[in-house]
Amino acid sequence: MRLLEYEAKSILTQYGIKTPKGTLLSRNEDPADINYGPCVIKSQVPIGGRKKQRGVLDSDEEPELDRQIQSVFETEIQGYRPAMVLIEEKVEVANEFFMAVTYDTVKKRPVAIFSSEGGIDIEELAQKEPEKICREHFTFRDGLAEYKARQIIADTGISDKLLLGVGSVLSKLATIFIEKDATIAEINPLVLTRENELIALDCHLDIDDDALFRHKDLAGLQKDGSRYEFLHSQTDFERKAAEIDNLDHRGVAGRVIEFDGNLGLIIGGGGASLTAFDAIRAHGGKPANYCEIGGNPSVKKVKELTRHILSKPGVEQIAVIMNVVSNTRVDLVARGIIKGILEAGEKPSETVAVFRVPGAWEEEGIKILKKYGVRYCDRKVSIDQAAQMAVSQG
Amino acid sequence: MGEFVRISVDEKKCGGADKARSLVDVCAVGVFEIKDEHLRVVEENEDECTFCDRCMDVCPNGGVKIIKLYEQ
Repeated sequence: MRLLEYEAKSILTQYGIKTPKGTLLSRNEDPADINYGPCVIKSQVPIGGRKKQRGVLDSDEEPELDRQIQSVFETEIQGYRPAMVLIEEKVEVANEFFMAVTYDTVKKRPVAIFSSEGGIDIEELAQKEPEKICREHFTFRDGLAEYKARQIIADTGISDKLLLGVGSVLSKLATIFIEKDATIAEINPLVLTRENELIALDCHLDIDDDALFRHKDLAGLQKDGSRYEFLHSQTDFERKAAEIDNLDHRGVAGRVIEFDGNLGLIIGGGGASLTAFDAIRAHGGKPANYCEIGGNPSVKKVKELTRHILSKPGVEQIAVIMNVVSNTRVDLVARGIIKGILEAGEKPSETVAVFRVPGAWEEEGIKILKKYGVRYCDRKVSIDQAAQMAVSQG
Repeated sequence: MGEFVRISVDEKKCGGADKARSLVDVCAVGVFEIKDEHLRVVEENEDECTFCDRCMDVCPNGGVKIIKLYEQ
């Protein structure tokens, strides 16, 4: 769950990281009492790159403020519209830095990242000038002590009191990352003001959904539908799929987006759902839905999802395509798919256009598929080829 | 009833009701339950069986039987 900027900043404040003086304004509130002089108006939507999409406006003249606030409230950013805007005092910036803490899935450790160039697109900088970005891994047990944070930052040439200050902020950010079960904690930019204060101008904090049970306050935010407006409202089909996903805690089987086509999709595996979806379309197929399964969902969830997709008018076949998966058992997916088809009163051999799920317990899965005459393929067949097979079946 | 897996349990072979009841605790997918003071198999969960064999560890003397129906 991505926190809104003001929510993330309130956590920074709790940990002793300074943020600009600001006021939160909801849609029906009168901004008359706000008198900051030059200020920044920021749309509170869970999206990055808001400035490029006119979700962040500078306001230097008071007469313009009302109009600009209204404009930010009305601006839709990638399907989101704010319920609140944050109006912050403009800060005189002497220098900008970037810092983030995230999880390195290759090294299986958290990693702190720092750049002396803040306020920029860090991915772009990483490609063009990778030497300007320093990073260091640490452990969840030890955290990132201030002296270690200073070592990372010193590599960029920062020294003296500034090094102490920035090191302290990075260490605190790592503590937030650990204690709040974040998947990313980023301050971009952290600025040094002309008065030599370090202030976090923007913050991106994503909390691991699976850890929300440990953070009742944050879990409450997730359930609060009034934090912002999401303009793509769920269809009944998508809502029912989400209910299936919530049947139990095991894995994912039900994150669905509805489309107009006739080929049901049950797809997933480390980004492969997007690949499979695009491949189906590239080969001329018309998906009835996008969906994600993974993380070893229960047989019941896969069964219910299968039945649900087949219940959509016009859908007579489904394609089951996943990447090579080590964390999802092929045989359990096969059981769920076949059971769903049988309960829908259809024949598995005719209903499954293709079953391409290589990975854990594959041999057992193949035994099940063979018994029901389902067309399957292993990892020798690419996702693209499997998509082609599915489309040619229809 | 399971489409793919059939499970049966014999309380006596498991060494009595108390020991058999620990099957409820070890099974992660809820295949066993206590009903009317007796251990029984929850049929709607049979297909969730992952063949982890933890039930076999609790009842090693043939008290639990697991059949893969798709191999028959």
